[in-house]
Amino acid sequence: MRPLAVQPSPGLPGEGLAIPPPPATSLWVSGVSWAWVGIVPFFVFALMFLIVPTSFLVVGGFQDSQGHFTLRNLQDLLQPTIVSSYLISIKVSAASAIGGALVGFALAYAAIAGGLPTWVRSTLMTFSGVASNFAGVPLAFAFLATLGRTGLATALLVNVFGFNIYNAGFNLLSFWGLTITYMYFQIPLMVLIMAPAIDGIKREWREASANLGANTLEFWRYIALPILWPPMLGSTLLLFANAFGAVATAYALTGSSLNIVTIVLFAQIRGDVLHNPNLGYALALGMILITGLSNAAYIWLRGRSERWLR
Amino acid sequence: MKRGRLVSWLLIVFGVLYFSVPLLGTFEFSLRLLRGVYSLAAYRIVLADPRFGATVAYSTALAVATIVVGVLLVVPTAYWIQLRLPWLRPVVEFITLLPLVIPAIVLVFGYLRIYNSSSVLPFTGSERTTDLLLMFSYVTLALPYMYRAVDTGLRAIDVRTLTEAAQSLGAGWSTILLGVILPNVRVAVLSGAFLTFAIVIGEFTMASLLDRPAFGPYLQNIGANRAYEPAALSIISFAITWACMGLLQVFGRGTPAQVAGAH
Repeated sequence: MRPLAVQPSPGLPGEGLAIPPPPATSLWVSGVSWAWVGIVPFFVFALMFLIVPTSFLVVGGFQDSQGHFTLRNLQDLLQPTIVSSYLISIKVSAASAIGGALVGFALAYAAIAGGLPTWVRSTLMTFSGVASNFAGVPLAFAFLATLGRTGLATALLVNVFGFNIYNAGFNLLSFWGLTITYMYFQIPLMVLIMAPAIDGIKREWREASANLGANTLEFWRYIALPILWPPMLGSTLLLFANAFGAVATAYALTGSSLNIVTIVLFAQIRGDVLHNPNLGYALALGMILITGLSNAAYIWLRGRSERWLR
Repeated sequence: MKRGRLVSWLLIVFGVLYFSVPLLGTFEFSLRLLRGVYSLAAYRIVLADPRFGATVAYSTALAVATIVVGVLLVVPTAYWIQLRLPWLRPVVEFITLLPLVIPAIVLVFGYLRIYNSSSVLPFTGSERTTDLLLMFSYVTLALPYMYRAVDTGLRAIDVRTLTEAAQSLGAGWSTILLGVILPNVRVAVLSGAFLTFAIVIGEFTMASLLDRPAFGPYLQNIGANRAYEPAALSIISFAITWACMGLLQVFGRGTPAQVAGAH
């Protein structure tokens, strides 16, 4: 079983094998098939807990308090505090996605294709499975205990190198602090997502290109990167969406001192801090748009990469 | 190639440091409660706190309920799609991926508006029904992982032949599902279950906004009020995640762990 994020439909070969029409059983009553009844519970569940609640917020984003259609809420999203909360969210998500993607790819490539013993790879994969799930509140505590003012790493740097990162302007409760913390789950996620793609780069390609006189740089420029960039970019988008929707880590780490959009929404749900329920819906609508677009781009890029990586 | 291998080792060493230092830092911090000596005092305080036991028990019960309901929802659906309605597969797959697209906080926002105490379905009207709503929220969160695991398991077996064989022996639908299909995909179901457990046990956003006494909000509360106990709780919580993923590896027969998203 591969990590879910890579292949939402593993075992694609089976896809084309349409199962032949069912034999006549009691499900056919006077020429009408009743087979659809079997999936009614699922669709009722999906309607109740996914589609209707989301639609309610999306519609609410376009309504005023009397329920009339309006674009006022979307305009109100442009007020400086809200725009800045979206921007800081986008910045943290993008930085942690790009950083996590680069480091994660380098790690995965080193472990899989870097000529290391096989136990390195299996250990890295197992650990990535654990670390990508180690998130939320406990992760925030871990970083406070490590890079906080009295944390282990902070103290070590002071005692060994005489270097105080806090005097140098570092603050865990800031853009960089949150980015470094998010990367703790982004890097292993990237490792899990990219491993199958890196497996797809055949050793023979490398040898064939070397036979034709290509050096390492040319191998990457003309063979590996053209094949790997769609899954790399796609995975980065997935990491972006992953960080963008995160609440618990940021909330436990910074309280409300760093106003990322999920924390603004959290406060809005708790106590209508925007003094306009419909503006809250519009805030949620903006988030759905951003994560939706980045997921759509991911799916499109995945389709492009599947041609080569089988 | 020698130089390439050195670079690979350096990268791995960097990775090991990045991931072990925060864990070591947390562990070291958790031992510092008593001034001047390392002790397990923080752990003792945490374990003696009745709210710790109560919230862990609450979240565990919720996780078990989530797994049961999730399996009951997902296995028949995936089975039926495979057997009778393959043309609906893209639709169902798309729906199961929605929880990865729509942030959890947005979903729970919608629930709070739709299922409030003055609505047609007042889930948030009483504590018991709010528990029910929270459980359904977690089924939603776990849906992508559960569905993927079960669907992969079902594709690996010959659903059609098994069903026809069972039918020709006179089995009804419940016997087919519980006695034939479920045992054949138990590995897949178990791996989905452990992942669900790992997601639910420390979940903060939904439990907090629905105002239920789960482990996640308790962690956050301790974190806001104490210094050393949160570190001890982090280590305990990491151990739980590690145990879940370890069991996943054992029961998944060495397949790589999946990725959760309850951040």
